[in-house]
Amino acid sequence: MRTSLATAWWAVLRRDLLLSARRLGELGNPVVFFAAVVSLFPLALGADAGLLRSVGPGIVWVGALLACLLSLEGLFRADFEDGSLEQLLLSPHPASVLVSAKILAHWLVTGVPLLLITPLLGVLLNLPPLAQTVLFGGLLLGTPTLSLLGSVAVALTLGLPRGGLLISVLLLPLFAPVLVFGAGAVGSALLEMPVLPYFYMLGAELALAVTLVPLATAAALRASLGS
Amino acid sequence: MTTTNEAATLAAIDLACVRGDRSLFQGLSFALVRGTLLKVEGPNGVGKTSLLRILAGLARPEEGEVRWNGKAIGGCPDFAADRRYLGHHNGHGLALTVRENLRVAAALQGTPCAGASLEQAMETVGLAHAGDSPVARLSSGQRRRLALARLILGAAGVWILDEPLNALDRAGQVLFGGLLRDHLLGRGVAVISTHQTLTLPAGIRQQTLTLAVSS
Repeated sequence: MRTSLATAWWAVLRRDLLLSARRLGELGNPVVFFAAVVSLFPLALGADAGLLRSVGPGIVWVGALLACLLSLEGLFRADFEDGSLEQLLLSPHPASVLVSAKILAHWLVTGVPLLLITPLLGVLLNLPPLAQTVLFGGLLLGTPTLSLLGSVAVALTLGLPRGGLLISVLLLPLFAPVLVFGAGAVGSALLEMPVLPYFYMLGAELALAVTLVPLATAAALRASLGS
Repeated sequence: MTTTNEAATLAAIDLACVRGDRSLFQGLSFALVRGTLLKVEGPNGVGKTSLLRILAGLARPEEGEVRWNGKAIGGCPDFAADRRYLGHHNGHGLALTVRENLRVAAALQGTPCAGASLEQAMETVGLAHAGDSPVARLSSGQRRRLALARLILGAAGVWILDEPLNALDRAGQVLFGGLLRDHLLGRGVAVISTHQTLTLPAGIRQQTLTLAVSS
């Protein structure tokens, strides 16, 4: 008799959330970084409301992207070093499904806090309510894509001694479309133009990433551990 | 009891392993019937860990294949559920407690994780009192014991253990000897690399594979 895949998936998700909850210091890093970057811009650019409004969405998106990049390096690192990743890959359950639980946990502890403080930052940048809603919606669709895409790069560079730089180089081109459509949606909302096309693109990227990335990440982890 | 007419359960066929530009071993074959212990010996750097990782399915051999009950292990779900691997790293989440780690291990291994069997496993390896301590607070010997507890969660057909005695005290080594004996008497197979002597009762089938430095 074997336990079901759902039990194993849930066990992995719960494990990663518990581990994050016990390392609250690390958990706060990306969100503090995000808030710092975004709130420094008004100080640097001056209190010109019109200027802030036009560059604000871009600043928030770039901040979220960099915060995500910062948090990604730790996604598999500890598990790689303590051998937990080996045990995960040795499970009779498909590694791609188990890996998807780890990616979801990563998004829950890094992406969701970013989302939660976004309304506050929107006020700081003097964005109108509609633009704020669009910004939030875009990040809601975009940040899971960032976590997913990031997991492939992190998995590929696990065995390498200086993976950090390589992760950034690999990811910036993959992150670019998310940034373009995410920031573009808010820009469009500010001009009172339709925003739905941008959301369709963000949604399409998310759907593609959800279906393909876990397979790629699992394969990359196998390759990293097999060498 | 003759072993010749019994089908091998774990078989290595013509394995070759290359690390960088150095060939560690080639043409390595063996076959183990149920209830057999294979000891892998040889000096450091000769490829014991590489061999064990290949047998566990964590790494691919350069040539050859590993078979479990006649089927190649790659993508064989029976083998995946029947295999327990213990490497140099114990594979515990350090911030999690002993009990939480075991629960995750049980779910990943596909062993139904009734609370009683977890408590039983902790009791067996002498960690019953430490169930709620984070692994980070355990000594390295206790962490190794916790890794042994993972082996005995649910029956497994094959144990692949890389230096299982590392960090274990005298009592821990005796404990491991007992677990290994029960596993082998229960018709399991074990492949173990160790530099220390394993004392097992007479009547247990043992084979030794000595890897030598290849030129």
